[in-house]
Amino acid sequence: MDIFLQQIINGLTTGSVYAVVALGYTMVYGVIQLINFAHGEVVMIGAMVAFTVITSLAGGALPAPVILLTAVVAAIPVCMTIGYLLERIAYRPLRHAPRLAPLITAIGMSIILAHLALMVWGRNPKAFPQIIANPVFNIGEASISSVQISIILLSFTMMAGLSWFVYRTRFGIAMRATAEDVRIAGLMGVNADKVIAATFVIGAALGAVAGVMYGSYYGIIHYTMGFTLGLKAFSAAVLGGIGNLAGAMLGGLLLGLVEAMGSGYIGEITDLCQWSLTSSMLVEQCKDGGNFVLFGSNYQDVFAFLMLILVLVFRPSGLLGERVSERA
Amino acid sequence: MNKPESSPLLDALNLEVHYGGIAAVKGVSFSVMQGEMVCLLGANGAGKTSTLKALARMINSTGEIRYAGEKINELPSHVLINKGLALVPEGRGIFARLTIAENLTMGAYHRQDKAEIAADVERIFTMLPRLKERENQVAGTLSGGEQQMLAIGRALMGRPKLLLLDEPSMGLAPIMVAKVFEVIQSVAAQGVTIFLVEQNALLALKVCSRGYVMESGKITISDTAPNLLADARVRAAYLGE
Ligand SMILES: Nc1ncnc2c1ncn2[C@@H]1O[C@H](COP(=O)(O)OP(=O)(O)O)[C@@H](O)[C@H]1O
Ligand SMILES: [Mg+2]
Repeated sequence: MDIFLQQIINGLTTGSVYAVVALGYTMVYGVIQLINFAHGEVVMIGAMVAFTVITSLAGGALPAPVILLTAVVAAIPVCMTIGYLLERIAYRPLRHAPRLAPLITAIGMSIILAHLALMVWGRNPKAFPQIIANPVFNIGEASISSVQISIILLSFTMMAGLSWFVYRTRFGIAMRATAEDVRIAGLMGVNADKVIAATFVIGAALGAVAGVMYGSYYGIIHYTMGFTLGLKAFSAAVLGGIGNLAGAMLGGLLLGLVEAMGSGYIGEITDLCQWSLTSSMLVEQCKDGGNFVLFGSNYQDVFAFLMLILVLVFRPSGLLGERVSERA
Repeated sequence: MNKPESSPLLDALNLEVHYGGIAAVKGVSFSVMQGEMVCLLGANGAGKTSTLKALARMINSTGEIRYAGEKINELPSHVLINKGLALVPEGRGIFARLTIAENLTMGAYHRQDKAEIAADVERIFTMLPRLKERENQVAGTLSGGEQQMLAIGRALMGRPKLLLLDEPSMGLAPIMVAKVFEVIQSVAAQGVTIFLVEQNALLALKVCSRGYVMESGKITISDTAPNLLADARVRAAYLGE
């Protein structure tokens, strides 16, 4: 069976989620050169809040789409508040400290948020309720579900919206100016505190939606999910060139695609029975069309990080990361 | 209308700047009258940039800074442009990744009068037509001289009352320097008060009415421009005689 198209669809779906989460990392990094390791946990809490809202409203009088919308609308301000508080309480006091201090704080915040979630939502994985019918459409041999369609459309809409905001509005221009030189932007009347807080809050809002998308797609959420998701989204941001918005989007999509392709084909590629040299050594296992697979799709995470390492070896500043000379 | 040289717009009293334990500016006092163009001369490392940064509140200082009668020592940098104080920093400080139009937008960031802002952009473009041609290019692609023009244009977008300029001639070809100084003079002619830091003393003294000479963090001479041009110490130190 040809799984190529199917893996493209799956990769685009997860890649969209990575891209939206990666934007949160890259925006903050762009403005204050901080890797906000707690961002993955913000996404996780978004998913958890949505879970609580959906489970408490499901079965009531409200129609399912309204419940889902309510869940998103509830998760967004919760995450925005956490994003704001993170910046205000944990990072702002350290803004002029040596860079290691906020970095360690960020890791600490990530652990604290994960454990807060553990206390609130418990240690067991939660089944994210699938309250909306999820019809599946066939495209040739592949299929795409309406959840996948929604995730891809919503992600692209958010990415377009953010790009518009950052490139077309006065505040967006001020954000980019602050990213380039906070003190010069200050001379223009830009209050750095406001801009920095805004980047956290916007990133967290996107993260909240990403959390709901993640829950809807995988159907399972857990208080530790922020770690792997965050690590991958962060890798996507680095892959695209950290600090670069388009880079985060590209990096996220690419990571999703590579991961899907990798997990789709790794079994075939590492099936030793297809190589005459090794199949003669594995006669027992290979007879009657049997196979001997070295790596299964559980190795999919390897691809993400393998690609990251390869890109960084050849393009340390990431795919779209660039060094613009200050002077012509 | 304020008559030129009627009241001090800027007053610095015993200004001191320290980097860690090292004093870069060691108790300087000076004033700039409304409508005046005053220069601050001095060799590399004298403390001129530190003085301007202190005035713009980019770095902390002790002593007193009075601007338009108000003590501004404790204010954050970003409120000063609202009061009409603008700095064109050393090395120009344009936003290299923003377009020329966006750089100008940033200059007017604190203003709300949209129609007037648009009119000011047109005015800047008339004054600096090279920038108009490249409106939507990123500013990093401009030549040094053009970047300096943009930096000045951007500061003018803030409609400053007092313009602090830090070595606008630095690193520019002589033709560009002349053009930049033409622009500065036309800005002064429009009534903007200017405090100009320069190493190029001859150039600065030709356009300013008064000047201060700074050496190792202290102001050592203060006089009118013609007197400074005639001063033997100034001629020896800065005019290569
Ligand atoms: N950020 C800084 N940290 C430490 N010392 C500095 C810093 N900036 C300037 N200095 C020192 O302060 C003195 C004055 O520098 P500056 O104000 O840049 O002089 P100028 O503009 O007249 O060349 C110099 O000795 C310089 O080395
Ligand atoms: Mg200097």
